[in-house]
Amino acid sequence: MADAAEAKKYLGQPVERVEDEILLMGKAQYSDHLPTRAGTQHAAILRSPHAHAKIISVDTSRAEKMPGVTAVMTGDDVREMSEAFLIVLRQPINQWALAVEKVRYVGEPVALVVARDRYIAEDALSEIDVVYEPMKPAIDQEEAVSDDAPIVHETVGSNVVSTRNFSYGDPEAAFAEADKVVKLKIRYPRNSQTPLEGFVVTADYHPGEDLYDVASNYQGPFTSHPVMSMALRVKNSQLRMRTPQWSGGGFGVKVQIFPYVVLICIASKKVGKPVKWVEDKLEHLSAAAAAPNRLIKMEAAVKSDGTVTGFRFDQQDDYGAFLRAPMPGPLYRMHGILTGAYDITNLAVTNRVVMTNKCPSAMVRGFGGPQMYYAIERIMHKVAVELEMDPLDVIRKNLVPAGVFPYRAAAGALLDSGDYPAAIEKAVEDGALDELKKRRDERRAAGKKYGIGYAAIVEPAQSNMGYLSNILPRDERQRNPKGGAVANATVNVDPLGTVSVTADSIPQGQGHMTILSQIVADVLGLTPDHIKVNLDFDTAKDAWSIATGNYSSRFSSATAVACQKAAEKVRAKLSRIASQTLNVPPDQLEFVEGKIRDTSNIENAINFYRAAGSAHWTPGNLPDEMEPCVRETGSWSPPELESPNDKDQINTSLTYGFVFDFCGIEIDDDTGEVKIDRYVTLHDSGTLLNPLIADGQVHGAFAWAVGCALYEEFVYGDDGSFLTGTFADYLVPTSWEVPEPEIIHMESPSMVTPLGAKGIGEGNCMSTPVCLANAVADALDVDDLTLPLTPAKISALIHGEEKPPTNDTIAADTSTKGEGNVLQGSGETVVPGEPQDVWDTLLDPEALAAVIPGCHKLDQVGDNSYEADVSLGVGPVRGRFKANVALSDMIEPEKATLSGGLIGPLGASRGSGHVTLSAADGGTKVAYDYAIELSGTVASVGGRLLEGAAKALVNQFFQRLGAQVGGEPVTGDEPWWRGLLRSLGLVK
Amino acid sequence: MKPKAFDYLKVSSGEEAVAALAQGGEDARIIAGGLSLMPILNFRLAEPSILIDISKADSLKYIREVGKFVEIGAATRQADLMRWDGTESKLPLLAAAFPFIGHYQTRAKGTVCGSLAHADPSSELPLCLAVLGGEVDLQSTGGKRTLSADEFQTGMLSTAKQTGEMVVAARYPTAKAGEGYAFTEMAQRRGDFAIVALAAVANADKIRLGIGGVADCPTVREWDILEGSALDDALNEFAWDLGGYDDIHATARYRRELVRRLGRRVVEEAKSCRN
Repeated sequence: MADAAEAKKYLGQPVERVEDEILLMGKAQYSDHLPTRAGTQHAAILRSPHAHAKIISVDTSRAEKMPGVTAVMTGDDVREMSEAFLIVLRQPINQWALAVEKVRYVGEPVALVVARDRYIAEDALSEIDVVYEPMKPAIDQEEAVSDDAPIVHETVGSNVVSTRNFSYGDPEAAFAEADKVVKLKIRYPRNSQTPLEGFVVTADYHPGEDLYDVASNYQGPFTSHPVMSMALRVKNSQLRMRTPQWSGGGFGVKVQIFPYVVLICIASKKVGKPVKWVEDKLEHLSAAAAAPNRLIKMEAAVKSDGTVTGFRFDQQDDYGAFLRAPMPGPLYRMHGILTGAYDITNLAVTNRVVMTNKCPSAMVRGFGGPQMYYAIERIMHKVAVELEMDPLDVIRKNLVPAGVFPYRAAAGALLDSGDYPAAIEKAVEDGALDELKKRRDERRAAGKKYGIGYAAIVEPAQSNMGYLSNILPRDERQRNPKGGAVANATVNVDPLGTVSVTADSIPQGQGHMTILSQIVADVLGLTPDHIKVNLDFDTAKDAWSIATGNYSSRFSSATAVACQKAAEKVRAKLSRIASQTLNVPPDQLEFVEGKIRDTSNIENAINFYRAAGSAHWTPGNLPDEMEPCVRETGSWSPPELESPNDKDQINTSLTYGFVFDFCGIEIDDDTGEVKIDRYVTLHDSGTLLNPLIADGQVHGAFAWAVGCALYEEFVYGDDGSFLTGTFADYLVPTSWEVPEPEIIHMESPSMVTPLGAKGIGEGNCMSTPVCLANAVADALDVDDLTLPLTPAKISALIHGEEKPPTNDTIAADTSTKGEGNVLQGSGETVVPGEPQDVWDTLLDPEALAAVIPGCHKLDQVGDNSYEADVSLGVGPVRGRFKANVALSDMIEPEKATLSGGLIGPLGASRGSGHVTLSAADGGTKVAYDYAIELSGTVASVGGRLLEGAAKALVNQFFQRLGAQVGGEPVTGDEPWWRGLLRSLGLVK
Repeated sequence: MKPKAFDYLKVSSGEEAVAALAQGGEDARIIAGGLSLMPILNFRLAEPSILIDISKADSLKYIREVGKFVEIGAATRQADLMRWDGTESKLPLLAAAFPFIGHYQTRAKGTVCGSLAHADPSSELPLCLAVLGGEVDLQSTGGKRTLSADEFQTGMLSTAKQTGEMVVAARYPTAKAGEGYAFTEMAQRRGDFAIVALAAVANADKIRLGIGGVADCPTVREWDILEGSALDDALNEFAWDLGGYDDIHATARYRRELVRRLGRRVVEEAKSCRN
């Protein structure tokens, strides 16, 4: 048989994507478009406004009685109908699909409403009364590990739920013998690559079969399929997971749909109808997933010539409130390659897994790589700075040399192929580094802040299913060793010779259909348009395994190979059939232009469709013992993916590409903006299956990485409130902000995958943030840089001491916002009347009701404590809240402390203020200060307007107080804004 | 993220709109482009009982010169004014500001008067109205009144518009001979809400500088022509006077820094553009 791999007519070519027209012209059917069965109900989720609180009670009675509402479920229902999710660690961290007993992050699902439509379901959410007892949250990952920190999971007893130490080579000796030890502390922020399409789940429980039929945009890895089926208390085969052909993006995040799959499954079982839930953007940003923020204390042992002889990592990953499978992956997926692109044999590692009151972390593109390489490449830059060397020379000096592949890295990665020094020289030359250096000189001579950054990284792809085993002690993991990574694909030829392909890759826009058609076309001598690829997926019908899914850049070395194997099986079968007809041995046949022909006499040929058709039309004529039909499944798992060995070494991924980036940036002197002047990125990703698609992956990873470097961060207040709930606050760069990178390719075929191809979709997520940061460090000569490098942060670095006010009479602003989202302010006002009158007003419930803006009703519930029903807002925004107000520290008639809280559908708030009264000309001077914490929807979406709103409301309060004391009638039920207008002198 | 149920009324004129407002009372809201109101509705940050849609009211869709002003009707889209023949010559400050106003898509939908009525402290159109000294017409069934820009916008998201009133038109002063205009702003991404927005007008004797995004509404200062350190001192004084505030994107100090630095840029540009 001729070697099919040699006859590459389409593979490796820039074949245009068959996906593009469908995706770009709006012809794709996404998850939300899929048809649902008649009677399908719609779900909406009530979410916690608190970062950490006990759930005292949940009253669903009013919501349940609303017309159109089918059911309301709480944590009690979920605990009754399902098991807590299985996690990787042996720790009692129990999570169900709805909060049980406590809430642990803002946005955590607390109750589910199922209704006739989504509008009614959302109406009903505001009719559910939850009584919370707020607790102090653990937010900052460094504070969360202290002894007196609030505990996220009392059953564990500590927020540090795993600590593992690793040592490779002789790090002690390396550091003892070092000429210099370079140290760096890194805080890598929390972020996520946010897909356009959020989660969609439709679950249909079939009681007759005890089967859950789920259509969702779950992306795998299917390691979490058993997590779901076990939670649902059914066999794996009783949870049918279907995913559609088309996706609005995943980037890893969509594995985290699994708690919602379980939730909607239970809901369907409870109501006896199919139930559909579509995540909205606020839900997505606040509660879907985030890459863990990481604290890294890193040290490099360095010789005076720039040779790095050892690395020490102390890594602490913040996984938020729960450890959902496959967490803590980001800490372990990169483990084998902790020495990056460098020939460093001595390595010490401490890994800590920390829980905080934030959204649970998840798979996000790059999966641990951005954090790790940020530390490695920043420290390599710092080594150069401290040794007064060129950073590129330090990189060059320490690279894994040419000619040593396969190379076993210190922690176990088996670097499969490459020539890193040659790659760097190619990038330097093709990317014109000399010109960039000249440009830096010119710009600096012109007084500009210009910097050049470098990053050299190894890009892993196709995760070893055993990579998380290293989190377990050796004896424990050896009882149940895990490794490998199985891929499946099926090639089918129908009675008319039409070829179709199915596979386990669950694509999210990458172009898998195109590449699979290229592969099969080459093997079978057809054209790609002859190959119909169907990548919708169904666990009840398709070949799958735990590694199935779309993650870890596995496609090119996993599914593509399985497809090649399946196509080769088809070819072998058709060769035997043709051999019988053409009367030549099978290995003398070639597949060319829709024909199977004799290589020694090309006239002796049979059409492809005829050979394939005979397996359907005349099975009796097939060669001996050949089965009818042509349908072959290829499965493959690379032997190199072994379980961790006794030395804790693990080959965490199958292939390792090489990426080398350099860039030039300039800082705007006035605004502090980082402007990317040039960006060059070289990729050696082995054999390119389709250069167009490879470039598309580079563009996508680069765009997100620019976001990570300069714009994107999930921000939490000190009270755990989530402050980036819209895309006006979570800033994703657009085409305006992302320059065109200059892409250079080099191809060192992988020896561990038959197609020679490696991953390419995650490299820039790992290299670009640190490359840009190194350029900023070069421009400003600083080493403490925390992403994202926003203009305000850069301004603080370059603008020095602030110019003081020039005019003494200017009162600098009395109100400043506190840390996190604590709104603070102070001021004073003079109101008519004596201090005693003001005092009496504050203590008289009726008068107080008239003073509190938007107060509908105020009841005294104890000595100097009140409950009120208020409508609060500014401008068009208004929400109804229940308020508790108490007066304390009272010294009549001089001062008092007001404290209390608000809760309503838009969120919760707590705060306190001090009021001091003193006699003044014509009345009483009222001096006040306040500090208010806000959480929930208002805090998440209100962003930049919150402080102004708080000020306006406090002003209203004191204006009304003045009016009340002054005897002007103020009625308690007038519209809130009328008070504001009056306070501004616009109405009477 | 679905709004609470509301009644929806599409009107064909300003008269119908104010009649409906009079009936709807304080829970009625005008909707035109919906760029600001729709997210507010979807987050349930407001739950009006009735939405009165003026986007198809043709009598409110116009741009015309009235004396020393260009008058823009309430249903006129931002894109229509941006494309209008006279904008470059008669409203050069707006021509300079438009590229900063949202995006192509949002300008195609959002209206000029809607932006004024929403009164976001970072918005460009209210800032330009303030620095140019423009006017807003408010109409109710009881009649019409005209307010100057600083009478109209009273605070963050707050205006002097009363229940039953709607903005029916805005008037931007036409460019005068001898004046120069300049606009710039700092936002992290193109089209974002400004961290600081700056609009300047200069003539032979005076400089007017308006700042958005720092205080709760646009703030305008006027000086005699200042040069060198005198201008720096004036800008510094203005910056401290505004104070600024911290949010997750920028500190108060950064805002003041931008007032000083971009203030100089924009004032110098306005001076150099005087014709």
